[in-house]
Amino acid sequence: MTEMNLLQAINSALDIAMASDEKVLCFGEDVGGFGGVFRATSNLQKKYGKNRCFNTPLTEQGIIGFANGLAAQGQSPVAEIQFADYIFPAFDQIVNETAKFRYRSGNQFNVAGLTIRTPYGGGISGGHYHSQSPEAYFAHTPGLKIVVPRNPYQAKGLLLSSIRDQNPVIFFEPKRLYRASIGDVPETDYELPLGEAEIVSVGSDITVIAWGAQMEIVEKAGAMAGEERISCEIIDLRSILPWDVQTVENSVKKTGRLLINHEAPKTGGFAGEIAATIQERCFLYLESPICRVAGLDTPYPLALEKEYTPDVFKTFEAIKAAMNY
Amino acid sequence: MKKSSPKKDPVVHLPEFVTGSALSFPILKILKEDGTLYKDAVLPLIDREKALKIYDTFLFLRIFDERMLAAQRQGRISFFMTSTGEEATHVGSAAALQDDDMVMAQYREPGPLYFRGFTTANFMNQLFSNEQDLGKGRQMPVHYGSKKLNYMTISSPLATQIPQSVGYAYAQKIEGSQSCTLCFFGEGAASEGDFHAAMNMATLFEVPLIFFCRNNHYAISTPSEQQFAADGIAPRGVGYGMKTIRIDGNDVLAVMKATEEARKLAVEKNEPILIEAMTYRLGAHSTSDDPSGYRSRKEENRWKKSDPVLRMKKWLLAQEWWSEKEDQEAMDTKREEVRNEMQKAEKIPVSELSSLVTDVYDKPPWHLQEQLAELEQHIRRYPKEYPKSSWRFKND
Ligand SMILES: Cc1ncc(C[n+]2csc(CCOP(=O)(O)OP(=O)(O)O)c2C)c(N)n1
Ligand SMILES: [Mg+2]
Repeated sequence: MTEMNLLQAINSALDIAMASDEKVLCFGEDVGGFGGVFRATSNLQKKYGKNRCFNTPLTEQGIIGFANGLAAQGQSPVAEIQFADYIFPAFDQIVNETAKFRYRSGNQFNVAGLTIRTPYGGGISGGHYHSQSPEAYFAHTPGLKIVVPRNPYQAKGLLLSSIRDQNPVIFFEPKRLYRASIGDVPETDYELPLGEAEIVSVGSDITVIAWGAQMEIVEKAGAMAGEERISCEIIDLRSILPWDVQTVENSVKKTGRLLINHEAPKTGGFAGEIAATIQERCFLYLESPICRVAGLDTPYPLALEKEYTPDVFKTFEAIKAAMNY
Repeated sequence: MKKSSPKKDPVVHLPEFVTGSALSFPILKILKEDGTLYKDAVLPLIDREKALKIYDTFLFLRIFDERMLAAQRQGRISFFMTSTGEEATHVGSAAALQDDDMVMAQYREPGPLYFRGFTTANFMNQLFSNEQDLGKGRQMPVHYGSKKLNYMTISSPLATQIPQSVGYAYAQKIEGSQSCTLCFFGEGAASEGDFHAAMNMATLFEVPLIFFCRNNHYAISTPSEQQFAADGIAPRGVGYGMKTIRIDGNDVLAVMKATEEARKLAVEKNEPILIEAMTYRLGAHSTSDDPSGYRSRKEENRWKKSDPVLRMKKWLLAQEWWSEKEDQEAMDTKREEVRNEMQKAEKIPVSELSSLVTDVYDKPPWHLQEQLAELEQHIRRYPKEYPKSSWRFKND
């Protein structure tokens, strides 16, 4: 085990993926010699050469179109989009091409090897173009997998699985935690399962779900609730698509209450999907309405970032409200 | 739309490829590095007053860049981007436009704003995201905009302004406004699909538009040799059927001259023009960047020698339009002004809570009103956690 921050864990995963499979290629804007604006791809070009780790021109639609072509030929491209806010020029390539490649060709062709890495989320004074959490747009696209890690250990294991998974994966990295989240990470190769949530702490009164950087928030809120003798079962969803309905269902049948927290705006956010599915499956078990603590239905602000975000206090209040319903 | 004149291509019977480097572009230079003019060069329209206004903007920008970089390091603002070394591109072009011409910029072009009367306070209020910022404190530093000064608010997603500028110019044309649009972008942003879409539409629709590419050789860490294999951006203009010119972007007189001619073609003949200005980003990409990781000091020093500000100063001094003494005094005044306005802006509070939900639509719909009311209630419960907004509730 070595202590790593989230960036180092990602770098370690990429390093191992490239060492263990020569079809793994890493590229994107500033990714090559410089190692990416956040340095997630540091030293990879030095180690694996310019053919396998390189800069692309500044064109996201080009990057993903190119990656689709590589993957269709059988490579395992790991394409970086510098900020999730800038993934939209590639929306067509992802939604209409990446996601449907296998389906439309009757699986004669697929882009199974493709992984798209991109930093997402707020809390860094980034305003509306360096803070968005766009996972829900992609969750509406059958054919994609969507994964979001919460800490360095998770990041490395989930990224290795994402790269090796036989489906295209969008891997959203919580950039607020890049350097802030530090933990023990094995130096060795390991994988964590996609499509499986993880119960982070066991509880009996209310189920609280989040993913990525919001995990830290709900864990703190859970601790505050604990001081008021409310026992929270906290779940990291980890995969948004497909998501682990069974773990959530089992938990809600036990606690009778559910809170979902995400940073993206409330309307059309992935919490709505979870809430709808869980009420179908757990209707008679519910003791309070399923509740969403999310970003406001506005662009991500700058000066009033703190006010906007679904923070610890909003989550804590929502937990109490569910208990007192 | 364009009347396509049937052009007769010569016919050959053996394959002949036109090479990718078939075009070569002369580079327009008027002012030498020593402040004298090239022999055959023809000056743009410039008199002492205009020259000093340009130079005044240069001095402001230099001091502004220096002070705001320092302010960012001290943690007073969150982020900053300089345009040091590239001032001639954006100030020179602004000086060749009319004030009602629209400017659609990328982010490294604050010159036209100052040149048109954006005050130091206007800049500071944006940088400090306070409630007097014209953008209501919603965007990261350097994302200025002014309806009054015909300067479209900056948007971070690169190249999006380029096709928008075609639409803006089209509207100017059909309204018969006799004005044009000038659209700035970097050589990096020109790799985006939006750039190519825009170039094609501009010539097809015959719009009064000047595409102004600042080729400063880098897009963050990516040098232009890794951005494109062709000879810069200029050949693309020709490929889309556009009159194109390459200029020395550190030569303010060349920038003015090219823009002046381009403006004439744009406004009088509805011909879009591409200008590629060769320049260099002397500073870091932004305060989040450290160029020592991707380029050498030696290279930077080489470009420092063609500093556009110094070059112009030499020209002004040589003609006795300006003196060292005036230079010193002007710098001192500007420094003082920047310092004062910074101190003022820093003390102005951020916008009130309701600014979170305004301007999302023309009026906040029911769900935003509801979310705002809930948020206000929540903040009243935890006033200490939200000091930027809760202080306003204290007395009610
Ligand atoms: C669509 C999009 N992709 C990526 C970015 C991140 N980014 C911001 S500036 C920049 C480099 C731009 O280079 P260039 O256009 O040459 O302008 P310069 O910074 O050199 O003035 C990049 C990659 C962005 N803002 N928007
Ligand atoms: Mg550039």
